[in-house]
Amino acid sequence: MSNIAPLKTEAEQALIAQGSGIAPDRKAAFERFLESGLPHRRVEAYHYTDLRALLKNAPPPAKAGGKVSVTSPLADIDADIITIVDGHYEASLSSTPPKGVTVKMVTTLADDGSAQKSVLSSDPVIALNAAFSDSALDIAIDAKTELVKPLIIRLVTTAAHASYPRVRITVGDHAKAFIVESHEGGVAGSLIDSVLEVRMGDHVVFDHLRLNVVDHAATVLTSFGGAMGKESLCRSHNFIVGGALSRHQIFFRFEGEQSKAEISSASLLNKKQHADSTLVVDHAVPECQSREFFAHVLDDESTGVFQGKIIVRPGAQQTDGKMMSRAIVLEDGATMNNKPELEIFADDVACGHGATVGALDEDLLFYLRARGLPKTEAEALMLQAFVGEALESIEHDGIRDVLEALAEQWLKARSA
Amino acid sequence: MLEIRNLHVAIEDGTKKILNGLNLTIRDGEVAAIMGPNGSGKSTLSYVIAGKDDYEVLDGEILLDGENLLEMEPDARAAAGVFLAFQYPLEIPGVATMTFLKAALNAQRKGRGENELTTPDFMKRVKVGAEKLGIPQDMLKRGLNVGFSGGEKKRMEILQMALLEPSIGILDETDSGLDIDALKIVSEGVNALRSAKRSFLVITHYQRLLNYIVPDTVHVMSKGQIVRTGGKELAFELEANGYADYVTNAAA
Repeated sequence: MSNIAPLKTEAEQALIAQGSGIAPDRKAAFERFLESGLPHRRVEAYHYTDLRALLKNAPPPAKAGGKVSVTSPLADIDADIITIVDGHYEASLSSTPPKGVTVKMVTTLADDGSAQKSVLSSDPVIALNAAFSDSALDIAIDAKTELVKPLIIRLVTTAAHASYPRVRITVGDHAKAFIVESHEGGVAGSLIDSVLEVRMGDHVVFDHLRLNVVDHAATVLTSFGGAMGKESLCRSHNFIVGGALSRHQIFFRFEGEQSKAEISSASLLNKKQHADSTLVVDHAVPECQSREFFAHVLDDESTGVFQGKIIVRPGAQQTDGKMMSRAIVLEDGATMNNKPELEIFADDVACGHGATVGALDEDLLFYLRARGLPKTEAEALMLQAFVGEALESIEHDGIRDVLEALAEQWLKARSA
Repeated sequence: MLEIRNLHVAIEDGTKKILNGLNLTIRDGEVAAIMGPNGSGKSTLSYVIAGKDDYEVLDGEILLDGENLLEMEPDARAAAGVFLAFQYPLEIPGVATMTFLKAALNAQRKGRGENELTTPDFMKRVKVGAEKLGIPQDMLKRGLNVGFSGGEKKRMEILQMALLEPSIGILDETDSGLDIDALKIVSEGVNALRSAKRSFLVITHYQRLLNYIVPDTVHVMSKGQIVRTGGKELAFELEANGYADYVTNAAA
């Protein structure tokens, strides 16, 4: 090759060293990573989240799970629990799977082709996960199984190392489930790069919540890949308050007709937090409906990124897709980057997108203050209403209450 | 008692003067009406009393029972007893009307150093007030003013005034956009709140509203000043002759 080898950053050099003893079945994924390195601003999908610049170092993967000292915000929810600590399944902190659900660890992954063949794109962050995750947690939900309780997967980080958890879920026909992925813990210098793949059959109702409450000094890269059969409903909710640097990816694909997906997200950011929400919804078949709603509240010097793309494949007629991003910027130092895209290759579709960025409405604020609400209280009420819109589609009352309380806590801390 | 003395106000960049040495006193229990042509500064006066910060007060003072309102934040003015019924009440999606009413009521009580209301006590007050104004219960569960008609929004303003029990209620063109039935309901709501301790400042273009809310005094405003003061009969005179006299007089 005549290419000039680009200079490797500290993080890239560390990753290369860590990959030297990599298992043969992971090699292809690792080589894919070697080719591209960490994505940077000239890579379109990472233009606003330049990992080569932002990721200062790459700590070594944790050999075993550490001691869990954080309490989950969802601790009081009646749920089945699976706990993954520093990338390692922790049986003692996990409950027996409910009837109709099989959980097993797969330590020998056939090859990284699974990522290629799966719904996930050839994204560099996912390639890195494929290279370094030495196992996957497979969860199979049998056909016609209706889970009464949510299944909460806690992904806890305890120290300044890396973890690359991968969870693969299959949801049988006519099944109904609510899976929560809760990212907790984290310290300065810790890195988690997680992948959750969900394959849904036909006539499925699947709810997903990704919660990021990790320490404000940690790095969180997390990808959700969903593929869905016909006449099904998937709701994916995202609630982000944690992480110094975070990227939350969603790759969603309709593979059966007359299905519906609702994807919503609320990010509350402050200080110097950088949070990226990236979404690709792929309408590969006709007659499906998708609704995407992303809300950001940005305080101090924080940065929010929303990249959303709706793809309508040739022949995917009667597609109905609507995407909305709204951001409230509370301080001059905060930044919001919006990149909505539609790629439409069919001629009988109804698709739209919108994006707004602004401050809190001054006239509304005055109206509330003229009724006696002090400024911070009036702002909190308006922000809570703003965030509430992204949470209202969560059907589980208890979980919605927890998220509303987290938002309230965030707003209180702001006015304190 | 509300006393406005020599009030000079410009819009924020300071170049355009809107109020030019306005003087007005409203005694306890008095209903004062301000009438005047468009652009005479009526709405500005209401906003300046309530504390909207788009305006620059160049000179003068506004005293409520001897306290200088101009030194207070809008929420402190509300707690001190100022209530502005907006000409165009704002919609707040996602904030249920009930939630808003409770937050406002308790914030004001807190501002005055009083205890918060218990939920049953609060609910009872709202129920009684809403019934009087013909406000159905399901409207209270919806987002504040979201999807309400013009008449419903104005009734909601009067309900808020009834719950917040101000010492001065300012009605900024409350009659605009109301049909005759809504006007009657709103006026009855206001009349029910008249008391020896509570005064009102009723801002309107038209004499019609003053048939229902009968004022003690009528003030004519032009070019940012009160140019004439009289009894309720002055309103009839204005209705008959229009504002042309005052506009030219003030300009002269």
